[in-house]
Amino acid sequence: MGWMAWTLPTAIFCSAVFAMLALMAVLEKVYPTVLRKGLLPIETTRGDRLFIGLLTSGFIHLFWLAATEELSLVWASAISALWLATLLRWG
Amino acid sequence: MEKTYYPKAWLMVLPVVAIVSFSAIVPLMTVINYSVQDIFGPENRYFVGMEWFREILGDPEIRGAFQRQFLFSFAVLAIEIPLGIAIALCMPRKGPWVSVVLILLALPLLVPWNVVGTIWQMFARPDIGLLGIGINGLGIDYNFTGNSIDAWVTVLAMDVWHWTSLAVLLCYAGLQAIPDAYYQAARIDGASRWAVFRYIELPKMRGVLMIAILLRFMDSFKIFAEPFVLTGGGPGDSTTFLSQYLTTMAVGQFDLGPAAAFSIIYFLVILLVSYVFYQVINNLGKGVS
Repeated sequence: MGWMAWTLPTAIFCSAVFAMLALMAVLEKVYPTVLRKGLLPIETTRGDRLFIGLLTSGFIHLFWLAATEELSLVWASAISALWLATLLRWG
Repeated sequence: MEKTYYPKAWLMVLPVVAIVSFSAIVPLMTVINYSVQDIFGPENRYFVGMEWFREILGDPEIRGAFQRQFLFSFAVLAIEIPLGIAIALCMPRKGPWVSVVLILLALPLLVPWNVVGTIWQMFARPDIGLLGIGINGLGIDYNFTGNSIDAWVTVLAMDVWHWTSLAVLLCYAGLQAIPDAYYQAARIDGASRWAVFRYIELPKMRGVLMIAILLRFMDSFKIFAEPFVLTGGGPGDSTTFLSQYLTTMAVGQFDLGPAAAFSIIYFLVILLVSYVFYQVINNLGKGVS
């Protein structure tokens, strides 16, 4: 695995994404998803909301990096986590 | 209609998952790893955090390339999709000419990207090219190697020549799939040609149009070989698109860390815009068809 040039932060990041996908698979088996319309203007499944949440979280981090010089990226991560939770619950 | 669930269906998807894992997910994870490191060699690399992302996002040249890329992709869609629909509507539906027209339309799609660039490089040259001499003969001062607007128009025309056929073939397939009963009903109701197009053909083509728009957007957003061969990114950097910057960074300068960060941003933008297109087209026609 050395050729993949792993670092601890990227390993944690990729593991977290895979853990989320595994959790979604288990949830789908136990509680099959239902199409619903919430905060978003489109009908979404649980997987759609996770995808939209992760994608927009990526952009929150990019905007944070582009717009701020000094502020820690932890703030962007906190905003993203809050946004993701909101989307999954009420999206 | 009640959906049927096959409990063992996931077994059928496993080979695809395995192949995609090796061909896409492992390289993507490697790029993520590279994007946070300064790479000097296989055993000589240093963690730099989000430094490369900050550098890429603050680079005015890359911002300019992003703007050019968006402009180019939207221009491509604005020309190729309506033109594709129009040509598909004019094509014969039955008879021996169908095969002839389909073969003629498929020809540009068979030409490799760099060959297309070379063809247009010669075709558009103001000194020996048919197009270049023809335009200059009309009294229009045209030189794609020295004028940015001429270079842009030529790259755009080359892409339209190369790829409109794809939109035509997809739209034609969509039109052929419409049952005759719809047209008969429209005739009975005395519908105009426009009404037939607006309320029958366009909604029925929604699926293929979505594929055409997504394919053309993703492909035009990644364009590299044609403008690289035709203009080399010039004059100045007027036709330097994102892929060319990325290639120069990764292969020319061997800046693997910044190139990896650039690739991730590039990938996220394509993913976002494609998803928005997909949702918009999918939801626009709901209730119509």
